[in-house]
Amino acid sequence: MKKWSVMVAAALLAAACSPQNPPATTVAADTGGSSKGDFGPPQGEPVEAVLTSPPHVPPPTNRHAPAKVIVNLEVKEVEREIAEGVKYTFWTFGGTVPGSFIRVRQGDTVEFHLKNHPDNKMPHNIDLHGVTGPGGGAASSFTPPGHQSQFTFKALNQGIYVYHCATAPVGMHVANGMYGLILVEPPEGLSPVDHEYYVMQGDFYTVGKYREKGAQPFDMQKAIDERPTYVLFNGAESSLTGPNALQAKTGERIRLFVGNGGPNLVSSFHVIGEIFDKVQPEGGTHPQENVQTTLIPAGGAAIVEFHTEVPGNYILVDHSIFRAFNKGALAMLAVTGDPRTEIYSGKQVDETYLGDKVASLAPVAAAAEAKSTGTLTKEQQVKAGEVLFKGTCSVCHQESGQGIPSVFPPLAKSDLLKKTPRRAIEIALNGLTGPVTVNGVTYTSVMPPMSQLNDDEVANILTYVLNSWGNDGGVITKEDVQKVRASTKRPEGAAH
Amino acid sequence: MKSTALVLLMGAAVAATAPPAQRAGIPAATFATILPPAPGVATVHVDAFELDRTPVTNAAFAAFVRSTPAWRRDRVARVFADERYLAHWRDASTPAPGAERAPVTQVSWFAAQAYCEAQGARLPTWHEWELVAAAGPDTADARSDPDWLQTILSWYARPASDTLPDVGGAPNYYGVRDVHGLVWEWVLDAQSMMVSGDNREQGDPDALRFCGSGAVTMEQKENYAMLMRIATLSSMRASYTSKSMGFRCAVPRPVPR
Repeated sequence: MKKWSVMVAAALLAAACSPQNPPATTVAADTGGSSKGDFGPPQGEPVEAVLTSPPHVPPPTNRHAPAKVIVNLEVKEVEREIAEGVKYTFWTFGGTVPGSFIRVRQGDTVEFHLKNHPDNKMPHNIDLHGVTGPGGGAASSFTPPGHQSQFTFKALNQGIYVYHCATAPVGMHVANGMYGLILVEPPEGLSPVDHEYYVMQGDFYTVGKYREKGAQPFDMQKAIDERPTYVLFNGAESSLTGPNALQAKTGERIRLFVGNGGPNLVSSFHVIGEIFDKVQPEGGTHPQENVQTTLIPAGGAAIVEFHTEVPGNYILVDHSIFRAFNKGALAMLAVTGDPRTEIYSGKQVDETYLGDKVASLAPVAAAAEAKSTGTLTKEQQVKAGEVLFKGTCSVCHQESGQGIPSVFPPLAKSDLLKKTPRRAIEIALNGLTGPVTVNGVTYTSVMPPMSQLNDDEVANILTYVLNSWGNDGGVITKEDVQKVRASTKRPEGAAH
Repeated sequence: MKSTALVLLMGAAVAATAPPAQRAGIPAATFATILPPAPGVATVHVDAFELDRTPVTNAAFAAFVRSTPAWRRDRVARVFADERYLAHWRDASTPAPGAERAPVTQVSWFAAQAYCEAQGARLPTWHEWELVAAAGPDTADARSDPDWLQTILSWYARPASDTLPDVGGAPNYYGVRDVHGLVWEWVLDAQSMMVSGDNREQGDPDALRFCGSGAVTMEQKENYAMLMRIATLSSMRASYTSKSMGFRCAVPRPVPR
């Protein structure tokens, strides 16, 4: 306690001593929590809560007075795919993982009916983190198969809350998918957005390895050891990818309710290519702005908001990144709309990077400049061609032009080159597949078309080749290359 | 009905009507139980008894219902059995076709105990049942065997909606079949297992309360297979029925041979 006050004092002092810093923003008045969350008895007729399956979120309550809200939630044990060709028996609230999304307003009186389907094998119950009262409703909702229980609570605290099953063994019930989110809107509601989506992470433990086909039972030992086979958003590998991706357009405001059911792992939630304009960390009231990655504890949730500018696919991950690429923690937001190249250009340059192999591409630039002014000399072509050759051709044909015996043919003193320089242009433009005989040796390697080179560059490279390593000399011009390019059929995929 | 059960429990002479082959003899044993009788006591003693080798079948229960029509689903008093009691049968005294050899389920504790009484027996106590359930194929106590545990948990992982197979799975160490992997089973003292509906209160010594015998704690928290049995039993009232809850009968002392 004493240490704290010293630290606070030091912080204040530091702030006071740096006049260039504006005074700290005054902290928003607190909400008063549960002590100010009771707005009196429910008014009007009871309303039945709209429940939605993930990734959908019920519409805003649009209520301005406390109501009595009836929630009917059914527990179902269902077998379905956790990954392609892999079956798993999930225990669910409402038939989905995560369970149905529940939306109420602060001050509402919630009459909760938990129904355990007669086909189920297990007793179940529910602990809602948004409940004020022992067990969060767990003991009051303990229900065997073929029965239902009822309890009532007043939602005193606003926020986004996890609910889950708390029946023995709790870990197994949660690991099998028994969790979901309940939103308690602040009295004034949430700000309007274009899309609200419901995403919840969970870790899963199967006897078989990741993506091992067939029906996979739950592995208790892996769960105790906290070694998940799968880490997933919304209970299956494909639940939010491909045709199931979340959808939005550019210029829209997106709100994600992101929960983490666990049972074991905490999530480092991140959307690749987006920055969260606003996060309510751990579902609290006061937002943080401009956040890259937000921590979502097991048994916790956050509200994240961002605005879409650039079209494309945005990947939601747990940035504990092996989980994303090796255990399934990937989801997708597909954003459509016109490109916004002033914000993000897409790929503008794709070219060879030479490292320190060649100090400068200056000769290439000089040759290009000379060509455009009509003053290009053979020497300039040779210099530019040397640079380009070293960046493109020497990997196979070697800097010495000797090639590699019986693998890549030589260019130095090549009889093929000597006979028909035009053939060299064809090969550079279109590549060469199949046997070719050079200086009496037959080569069968494949040379891809040099589609990335323009006519100038091909001309310069070949002029360099003709004037190096004891070859006979000569000049290939841009126009020569143009003629060949125009007159030969290029293979599929060869650009230009 | 209930008073008859009590008389039997209090040790009145029992006529052993069942042929010996139907029941397996279980020797007296002292073993580590998941539900100790008192704080600080890890083991419990179970006297010798005999236990049905298989759960009671639909056919056997149908014979009982025909001879004791008060237990027909259309005549039973609601306080003894809920609305789903035998609701899956073809009619009030006939099981679904093909299910004659399958274990009877959707029976209440009252109905199960009445059936056993009619056989001169009673439901096994939790500790009797637990002793037999601890056995593997070749050992009396397989509870530390991970394969034993996984087999049980795999059954828990399968939904209950499938048609139940016939009784007669592989025998365990005692020659008792289908203890795991077929149905939950009623026990005599199911209603005294007052496990809190909120499993996380286990650390609280009051969490598990036995009527009249004080507070005890739950042992072997890692034994999830047994914990789930207890959770299930404790969620059921004596009039409740479920698609997965069947039973078998026990005689509290060995039948002389």
